[in-house]
Amino acid sequence: MTSIPSGKFLKKWLLTSGMHLIILAYLVYLLFPLLWMISTSFKTTPEIYSGIPSFIPRIFTGEHYLTVLQEDRLLKSILNSLYVGCITSVIVVLISLPAAYALTRYKTSINKAVMGWILTSQIFPAILIMIPLYLILRSLHLTDSLAGLVLVYVVWDIPFVLWMLQGYIKEIPVELEEAAAIDGANQGQIIYKIIMPLLLPAIGASVMFAFITSWNEFFFALVLLKSPDLSTLPVELARFTGIEGAARTGPLAAASFMATIPSIILFAVLRKWFTKGTLQGAVKG
Amino acid sequence: MSSTPTSTLPPKNRNLEQLQLLLPILVPVMLISLVPLIRGIYIGFTNYELGGQIEFSGLENYRIMLHDRFFWRSMGVGFLWTTIVTALQIGLGMILALLLNQGLRFTSVYTVLMLVPWAMPPIVRGLIWRQIYSPDTGALNLILIQWGMIQAPINWLTSFEWAIPAIIVAGVWGEIPKAALFFLAGLKTIPESLYEAAELDGANGFRKFRHITLPLMKPIMAAVVSLSFMWNFNAFGLVWILTQGGPGGLTRLPMLAAYEEAFRYGYVGYAAAIGNVMVLIISLFLFFYLRVQLRERLED
Repeated sequence: MTSIPSGKFLKKWLLTSGMHLIILAYLVYLLFPLLWMISTSFKTTPEIYSGIPSFIPRIFTGEHYLTVLQEDRLLKSILNSLYVGCITSVIVVLISLPAAYALTRYKTSINKAVMGWILTSQIFPAILIMIPLYLILRSLHLTDSLAGLVLVYVVWDIPFVLWMLQGYIKEIPVELEEAAAIDGANQGQIIYKIIMPLLLPAIGASVMFAFITSWNEFFFALVLLKSPDLSTLPVELARFTGIEGAARTGPLAAASFMATIPSIILFAVLRKWFTKGTLQGAVKG
Repeated sequence: MSSTPTSTLPPKNRNLEQLQLLLPILVPVMLISLVPLIRGIYIGFTNYELGGQIEFSGLENYRIMLHDRFFWRSMGVGFLWTTIVTALQIGLGMILALLLNQGLRFTSVYTVLMLVPWAMPPIVRGLIWRQIYSPDTGALNLILIQWGMIQAPINWLTSFEWAIPAIIVAGVWGEIPKAALFFLAGLKTIPESLYEAAELDGANGFRKFRHITLPLMKPIMAAVVSLSFMWNFNAFGLVWILTQGGPGGLTRLPMLAAYEEAFRYGYVGYAAAIGNVMVLIISLFLFFYLRVQLRERLED
């Protein structure tokens, strides 16, 4: 340690700048791919193939976005993904709510079994479930159908949604329900009319989480859906890069960026939730 | 669902009531998750081929596996991939978390920006990197040529030399945000007073990290290491999009191998057997994780 104050100040300044520089280096690595994709999506096809790397397109064009929106199959796959995502997130919340309530308010031996199952189910690779699941769904005539995919995604999302809702139900005072019960409300009314409105933030987060999970999911959709008409967006994007993929760099970049938008919105909304409180609590607990 | 929740009911009744409320999730979970899983484990002990009969074959699949060159190669590359990606994401994630915990200016902006790769669908992560690595229009080749570092474009994803480093760079990129976020949350729980006390004792930055931060972060480290190991070992989408396991099976991770056995060649029994071996390996790591966790809890 030097004893001259200005030297100490300089050292601190150097240290701080050094840390900013390292963080910026990280951000270049982490952000470059997205920025490059966005830049490509607005370049003209000749510029993409010009062999000259440039970040800002010389001529801005929206043609690739138009191409994507005119491509029937890609548009259809976006609609399929929206449909699957919406139905999945609504169903998963509606059926997880009574379950989360039961797991919080009734302390019985069933809780341990259910929680144990939720945890252990996470270790198994999807391939192990996939094959028999395919056989079961086939016997129910649910392979190659969006309903079958919704069913799979609902089950896939249950653990997270249960965990999330349970944490919030704990905070609601029991007295509220007792008062409603005295007034003659039955259990269904208590759950959907009294508890549900109080849980809106948690339900909002769960709906978004379930939507994004199914919007992003690739493996189950790849195996379960065979007709091109039923493809979800991730499967269609993968198909898009097939044999003629190289010639379609521009539209692919545009479609990829469009596929990323819902998740970016989710992250913007949930940002506070991510950086503050909840996660810290979860880690600490 | 007509009775009300009161604590005066006898236990049997309460069990029944709870079961009623759980039924809407229990039925689909049984049908879509539990039953297929148990059957999947069983199929790993049969010679089932797509469209054929399911016949119990004992340990036959595992005997074949012992001499299956492709299986061992895929396990080898699986370990290489899992170890390097996990190590890099933990190391780089920890450094990033430490930097974001220094109370620098713009920290909240940095934190949001660093999450971007995580916000992307896995398939898009693959497509983006495929484009970056593309031999004719990819950013990597264009930039390296412009800077004069290479003369001719390299086909990164089909080259035996570069395919593995290429998928690792893309894999680590997608996993850093998750690791950094978990570490950051953990660092925030360490009380400032501990560092202040150490400063009074004359400890420098490195010693503070070594004697305060590291020991207190150990449980979170163990959790992130085990979870990352599981996720990376079971990885599929990214590598499938980038290389489909090529060139020549060089990047055929265990999940890709199992997928090909089942859905390309129809050897469903064998694919499930690979799945069983993967569960066994992951369980060993989970055991390691729980042991470290329990030891920490007992010391407290």
